[in-house]
Amino acid sequence: MTRFSLASLVLLLSLLFAGGAFAVKPDEVLPDPALEARARALSEGLRCMVCQNQSIDESDADLARDLRVLVRQRLVAGDTDQQVMDYIVSRYGEFVLLKPRFNLRNGLLWGTPILLLLAGGFFIVLTARSRRSTATAALTPEEQAALDKILRRD
Amino acid sequence: MVETGHFALVLSFALALVQTLVPLFGARTGNPRMMAVGGPVAVTGFALTAFSFAALATAYASSDFSVASVWENSHSLQPLIYKITGTWGNHEGSMLLWVLILTFFGALVAVFGGNLPATLRANVLAVQGAIGATFFLFILTTSNPFARLNPAPIEGRDLNPILQDLGLAVHPPLLYLGYVGFSICFSFSVAALIEGRIDASWARWVRPWTLVAWMFLTGGIAMGSYWAYYELGWGGFWFWDPVENASFMPWLAGTALLHSAIVMEKRSALKIWTLLLAILTFSLSLLGTFLVRSGVLTSVHAFATDPTRGVFILCILTLFIGGSLALFALRSSRLTAGGLFHPISREGALVLNNLFLTTATATVLVGTLYPLALEAVTGDKISVGAPFFDLTFGPLMLPLLAIVPFGPLLAWKRGDVFAAAQRLMAAFALALAAVLVTALFVDGASVFAALGVGLAVWLVCGALTDLAVKSGAGSVAPAIMLRRFAGLPRSVFGTALAHLGLGLTLLGIVGTLSFGAEKILSMRAGETIELSGHTLRFEGLYPAQGPNYSEDRGRFALLGADGSTISEITSAKRFYPVRQMTTTESGIKTIGFSQLYLSLGDEATDGSVVVRLWWKPLVTLIWGGGLVMMAGAAMSLMDRRLRVGAPSRRRKPTGAVPSAGLP
Repeated sequence: MTRFSLASLVLLLSLLFAGGAFAVKPDEVLPDPALEARARALSEGLRCMVCQNQSIDESDADLARDLRVLVRQRLVAGDTDQQVMDYIVSRYGEFVLLKPRFNLRNGLLWGTPILLLLAGGFFIVLTARSRRSTATAALTPEEQAALDKILRRD
Repeated sequence: MVETGHFALVLSFALALVQTLVPLFGARTGNPRMMAVGGPVAVTGFALTAFSFAALATAYASSDFSVASVWENSHSLQPLIYKITGTWGNHEGSMLLWVLILTFFGALVAVFGGNLPATLRANVLAVQGAIGATFFLFILTTSNPFARLNPAPIEGRDLNPILQDLGLAVHPPLLYLGYVGFSICFSFSVAALIEGRIDASWARWVRPWTLVAWMFLTGGIAMGSYWAYYELGWGGFWFWDPVENASFMPWLAGTALLHSAIVMEKRSALKIWTLLLAILTFSLSLLGTFLVRSGVLTSVHAFATDPTRGVFILCILTLFIGGSLALFALRSSRLTAGGLFHPISREGALVLNNLFLTTATATVLVGTLYPLALEAVTGDKISVGAPFFDLTFGPLMLPLLAIVPFGPLLAWKRGDVFAAAQRLMAAFALALAAVLVTALFVDGASVFAALGVGLAVWLVCGALTDLAVKSGAGSVAPAIMLRRFAGLPRSVFGTALAHLGLGLTLLGIVGTLSFGAEKILSMRAGETIELSGHTLRFEGLYPAQGPNYSEDRGRFALLGADGSTISEITSAKRFYPVRQMTTTESGIKTIGFSQLYLSLGDEATDGSVVVRLWWKPLVTLIWGGGLVMMAGAAMSLMDRRLRVGAPSRRRKPTGAVPSAGLP
């Protein structure tokens, strides 16, 4: 609905108004293109914690900038992608991850699509089976015997 | 005028109560005069609500700052168009638009529902009235748009600058028409449950209403996506924001409903399921209303500190979702299951469609609500963002999209997959060719990108194959084929167009995400920038003055191969003094189906300006596909069996008339 989109636009932007127009600034960009590409990919998975559902790659907030710089510092220092993520999570908590971790607590979250698809598929197959069996229900032994009798009589 | 508008709103509430109680009681007792009350009351209620809305719009247009909502969301210097669209650019006004459209649909049923059985019509109007009554009460008690200020302020606080855009004129009304349109399907379902039977006219009525609502919702979402794309200044077209999800869930469920309603209409099967889907689709609309209006999305605590509106909507939500589902549980066993079909058949394909679409809806629902639920239960805060939906929603869509072309080519009751596959050979070959060409000849194409392009081509060619097969391609002479093509039912064109549009949207998404390019740099006047074969020269910053803002326009010249200027792109940074807010107006140049997207950043002390430039290949197809889908829905609505009108009803039914049998 509109209000949704309105609200989303307003919320998404309300934190951007302070200053500039967009996220990554030229002075943040790392000289090594490979490292910069990794930094961008990691940034897209990290939440800007003071924004409404924005990654630090998209956000213009100061905190997002600090995080972007931090990610790049760790990468330059030689961390792997996983180490960078772990470091950020250790400092800011799991809230910072836009992709929740696969763990028991998030089991329902990750499991729903698969469970529902399987349950739905199972239900459909079951219904189709039972329908077919009622549609063409086999003859009971008595009925079969009666039929045989009639047929033999001919 | 304002007080009269307020009074009209109170009257509408009273009429909605009458519309609920009298026809319902009449239908229970079999009193035809009481049942007949619903129609005129619904029409009068719509007229009064429209008057009330017009009164508010007039207050906005004339900048009457003695009205609190006008004062908060308008300014005397705003252009007239934004003064008017500001009417629904805020909580109170948008709720009024919501009920306006609700009563509009109620009035439509009253006017065009003459051929419905009297009790069904009475019950439908009663349910519609009940929804209206609760929302009127909500507006009057918690969100009165007509509240006055005394003394009246001399100047307003301006409409949020992001909303001062033509998008606000188009997007909300479209989206509401879709969103609230599903209330009709809901009312029909609840009415059927109250009566305890689904008859032929029920089946015939639900499908066109679903089509209408779906058409507008598709347009509303596409329009909203484009609006966010150019207004937010970083070129994203979908953010998986909870607020977006709130409108996407009814769309997914509505799409499932659209398909299951076909089975019900043509084959009289899946009746109970269709009924449940209709209830769920509108329930998701209500859920979205709750999510956004209660403030629960921003944080659970915000909801706890000012819960008046939230709790009210939660009550409405519980009443309608809980009530209708309880009724469903009680009554659905009375409804008989319909026709039989083989798993490999058109019906079977549509069941599969429904399985994937409902699972996808549930996935979006869980992704949206899980963080809220977890925080409420354990206090832990997690985020569910785009990467989650890419990993879950994406894989669910892939198999669904892959089987789409098969559906329309399968026969009802018992289909032949091999025959359908044979007919789709050409489409498959073209899709395969697209995959190979993309993988081999496009620089930087990943495997996913190539497969994505292939899938899009598969959808488009599959839709065209359907039309070709149904006009008898390959088996009859071209002249006869042409005549058959022209004589195909409009609904066949509708299906093909909608599926084709889906393919185009997919192509746009894959193109933009996989082959786009981006550059960020500081530029001075006179410098050039080159991206994906396009050269731009920065001409400089020029200050300009708008009616209620000042701006710095960055002008860029798009240069041809010989260095001459082909055209100009302007991106601006606007400053709105009343709200002390800065917005970025992106500069967009459409080249073919692709776009150059330019966004201006901060100006440094040395006079250089930060510039971010994107090349977005095929991006316009994302929304163009949405328009094609809308055209498909419109085409289906024009099918002869759905055209409303006395003369066509008298005509003897010909082949295409659905024969949804009585239970």
